[in-house]
Amino acid sequence: MSALAVTQPAGMRPRRLTPARIGVYAFLTVTALFFLTPLYVMLVTSLKPMEEIRLGAILALPRAPTLEPWIKAWSAACTGLRCDGISVGFANSVKILLPSVAASIAVGSLTGYALSFWRVCGAGLLFGALMIVAFVPYQIFIYPLVRVFAFAGINNSILGIVLIHTIFGLPTMTLLFRNYFASLPQELFKAARVDGAGFFRIFWSVMLPMATPMLIVAVILQVTGIWNDFILGLIFAGRENLPMTVQLNNIVNSTQGERAYNVDMAATLLTALVPLAVYFASGRWFVRGIAAGAVKG
Amino acid sequence: MPLVRHRTASRLAAGLALSPALLVLVVVYLGCTAWTVWISLTSSRMLPNSTFVGLRQYASLMGNERWQVSVANLAVFGSLFLIASLALGFLLAVAIDQRVRAENTLRSIFLYPYSMSFIVTGLVWQWLLNPGFGIEKMVRDLGFPSFRFDWIVRQDMVIYTLVFAAVWHAAGLVMAIMLAGLRGIDEDIWKAARIDGLPPWRVYLSIVIPMLGASFATAAVLLATSVVRLYDLSVAMTNGGPGVASEVPAKFVMDHLFERGNLGLATAAATSMLITVAAVVAPWLVWQSRRTRRAQA
Repeated sequence: MSALAVTQPAGMRPRRLTPARIGVYAFLTVTALFFLTPLYVMLVTSLKPMEEIRLGAILALPRAPTLEPWIKAWSAACTGLRCDGISVGFANSVKILLPSVAASIAVGSLTGYALSFWRVCGAGLLFGALMIVAFVPYQIFIYPLVRVFAFAGINNSILGIVLIHTIFGLPTMTLLFRNYFASLPQELFKAARVDGAGFFRIFWSVMLPMATPMLIVAVILQVTGIWNDFILGLIFAGRENLPMTVQLNNIVNSTQGERAYNVDMAATLLTALVPLAVYFASGRWFVRGIAAGAVKG
Repeated sequence: MPLVRHRTASRLAAGLALSPALLVLVVVYLGCTAWTVWISLTSSRMLPNSTFVGLRQYASLMGNERWQVSVANLAVFGSLFLIASLALGFLLAVAIDQRVRAENTLRSIFLYPYSMSFIVTGLVWQWLLNPGFGIEKMVRDLGFPSFRFDWIVRQDMVIYTLVFAAVWHAAGLVMAIMLAGLRGIDEDIWKAARIDGLPPWRVYLSIVIPMLGASFATAAVLLATSVVRLYDLSVAMTNGGPGVASEVPAKFVMDHLFERGNLGLATAAATSMLITVAAVVAPWLVWQSRRTRRAQA
């Protein structure tokens, strides 16, 4: 991660406006337009009435912009027989998100702390194993987990899906905090020990305040990850608590008759809004989160 | 001896703090994997049974046409997606590293798709590629009435549209990882190269790319694991269609678990996915741990 702190460009210093340099700018501009087009098309489509969409000028600005698709997407779009809009999914996603983020970070930071400062028998093995299983596809665990959760009576509930997000967030969160705590000076820990502080006291009063940057990174990582989850919410949240991504897919892909593309795009944008807001508000922290989650070991 | 008792209590607390992680590892990760592998060796259909049939489920899996299509799709998608994302991400990082203006804006543009879910990504591209309203219609209206870009509804081309959407989603991630790697390279190589009269492209090809080996490996492993997990994108963009032309293994498992009620076949497919991931990740982990050991020595 230290490499990310270096912000000076390392490429060759340019002398003047050469053809090569024009080429670089041309490449960047064309690619940037390609990357921006989907967002732009989503936005203009969501502001057009259906008559304009039928004309097919997908890149054109709306001639008679309307917010009606947004209102409809929020409060009246249909999934199956229910027409309550995507606001239902939004509420569900918030209900899933808040406890899941809190629980996964709490367990992950405590585990990372215990693994870095306390010599517990087999700690290295536990950490190594957690890093390996992080790569295993969910499909392996899903059926047994459904059975176990049904047996415990917590399938199809908010509690169940929160537990699932905590379980599957554990490897990444542990990695994040263990690597951070391992980079702190050991003297800090020893001093707290000499002062007579115990396990939880040191965690709560010394280590957690020190780990504020990692807490921010963890929150960004978990908020976007859990908000964007589809498969876990689909299986474990239950019909009454389906998250926004699942409801969005139901709205768009299971419509009978003519599809309201403007409403679809408004609903899609609404679903993307939370991670986009987190992304644009957090700036470089987002990149830090990716790098911390990506570079294992 | 109060101090000793205090110490023992703290040790105990450390063990206690690690117990959730241990529990998750043993029960969820190891236990559920073993359970899934066991089911795949039985004749289970709608309900699990314990009639051992050896590898018969795997044999019928290999003969299953939909599974064959799924695996072929994964191979095509995976290789094209990996190559295209790594190449585009690297080129973007190099271009941004040329001391360009508006670096932060460009980085934000290239990375924002990565913050959004695969469901959102799939739905946007489904709309853009819609032959009746999307890019095809737009180009036709511009005066090219015979223009065809209907890949998303063509069985032989649909998998490439998934690659398109996935590269749009992930190239920014590769860019971020590569840029971090580039910024970590000593600037003196450019002075040395200038003295030797080496053209910049030679420096990139012969010096920079080999130096970025670790960044390439990290990005490749990260992308490869997301390839095996590919599910949401196929569901949102094409729902496996037209026909079964864009089916993928993860979707095969989900459909056979929850819709078709064929547990034996689904778990055999899930186990095959696990073996694939292990084949990708294990060499990387070994390489990674050797590198760290060498760095410590």
